Amino acid sequence: MIEYRIDRRSGVATYQQIVQQTKQALRLGLLQPGDKLPTAREVVEATAINPNTVLKAYRELEREGLVEPRPGLGTFVRRSLGNADATGDAALRAELVAWVDRAFAAGLDREDVTALTTAVLDAREQRTSAPAEAAGGGREGTS
Amino acid sequence: MGDDGTPQAAFTATGLGRRYRRRWALRDCDFAIPAGAVCGLVGPNGSGKSTLLTLGAGLRQPTAGEVRVHGLRPGLDAELRARIGFVAQDKPLYPRLTVAETLRLGRELNPRWDQALALEIVEQGRLALTSRVGELSGGQRTRVALALALAKRPDVLLLDEPMSDLDPLSRHQLMGTLMGQAAEHGTTVVISTHILSELDGVVDHLLLVDGGQVRLAGPVDEILGAHLLLDGREGLPLEPHTVLEVRHTGRGVTALVRPDGPLAEGWRSEPPSLEQLLLAYLRSPEAPSLNTTVPSSPLEVAA
Repeated sequence: MIEYRIDRRSGVATYQQIVQQTKQALRLGLLQPGDKLPTAREVVEATAINPNTVLKAYRELEREGLVEPRPGLGTFVRRSLGNADATGDAALRAELVAWVDRAFAAGLDREDVTALTTAVLDAREQRTSAPAEAAGGGREGTS
Repeated sequence: MGDDGTPQAAFTATGLGRRYRRRWALRDCDFAIPAGAVCGLVGPNGSGKSTLLTLGAGLRQPTAGEVRVHGLRPGLDAELRARIGFVAQDKPLYPRLTVAETLRLGRELNPRWDQALALEIVEQGRLALTSRVGELSGGQRTRVALALALAKRPDVLLLDEPMSDLDPLSRHQLMGTLMGQAAEHGTTVVISTHILSELDGVVDHLLLVDGGQVRLAGPVDEILGAHLLLDGREGLPLEPHTVLEVRHTGRGVTALVRPDGPLAEGWRSEPPSLEQLLLAYLRSPEAPSLNTTVPSSPLEVAA
């Protein structure tokens, strides 16, 4: 069963860390269709995070069609993140390698490149999340 | 859930005040913490946190207004006693009892007692059941006090700086157990602390009291979402936003604001972390308060 590692200092929202680690496990084949995710209780006992964070992450994975809750049994993997993505990843990776080469040729160092990509990712995130942010999220009942 | 589908409030205060001789420790406090919330109670020393928790536990009675736990009056309505767990800051226990005897007392006094959970918590800390409570270290006594409070299986758990004398491993273990119980039973947890970094990722609600007054109350997402941390050149306009704190750093300015409309060109903005937000409020006692838990219409009060 997957074990989540939560880094409170990473700046990445806790529920996002769970989503990302689940996807990573799906890509690497560590989680496969039919596998059970740990219960909210199991995750929070190991990580000391808020139970709603886990539920929020699982809802997100469910929305993406990756997992499904089975009432009374738990949350199960529906499909893997397999080869289709890997070929796409390979093409993107090749482009990124070429881009990083150009960046270094232009005189940027590792920190410049990291700062630049972070800034671009942040700007993109702000563009996509700005309208949704206002809605906020209340806590839902635990029943 | 209430009749109208909104989450039922587990812990509410209406015009709550408590005076010690001439000094008001709490005054005109209004808030509502929903059932199942994990609420961080924050504030400087002497701000009224402990008073608030003892009023919630029914160990003291208000001087003004009222406090309710699941609609009942703590300390007055007897059926509430089994439903509230309280760990006071000084963790009062019987020093001459052994750990086992202390747990037996808990079992006999509490109808919903969970002996397996109590033993798990004690054994996780490698405490001998035969040790006398008076001979344990401060952190070990805290563990016994938390075992008592959690194994009682209360609906509402009020914890006054429970983690302050625990080592990092125990802190992580007990916070995990606490969150596990909240996940399993929907326990409402109100936890006061000075260690702000400890709250991040743990609490979903926040109550900041300062000078006996509520300064922030509401879901963490909502409170964080209502603020922005701005960073820009000196001279950029801050109106019409509500400014909570401004700091000048050479040619630059950083400000924590509650935005009201679009930002002026030139500001870089990011959402504050919980710790950044709380520190800014604690540094600026005159900053306006924000309470999203109390309806502006007085409908609730009648019931």
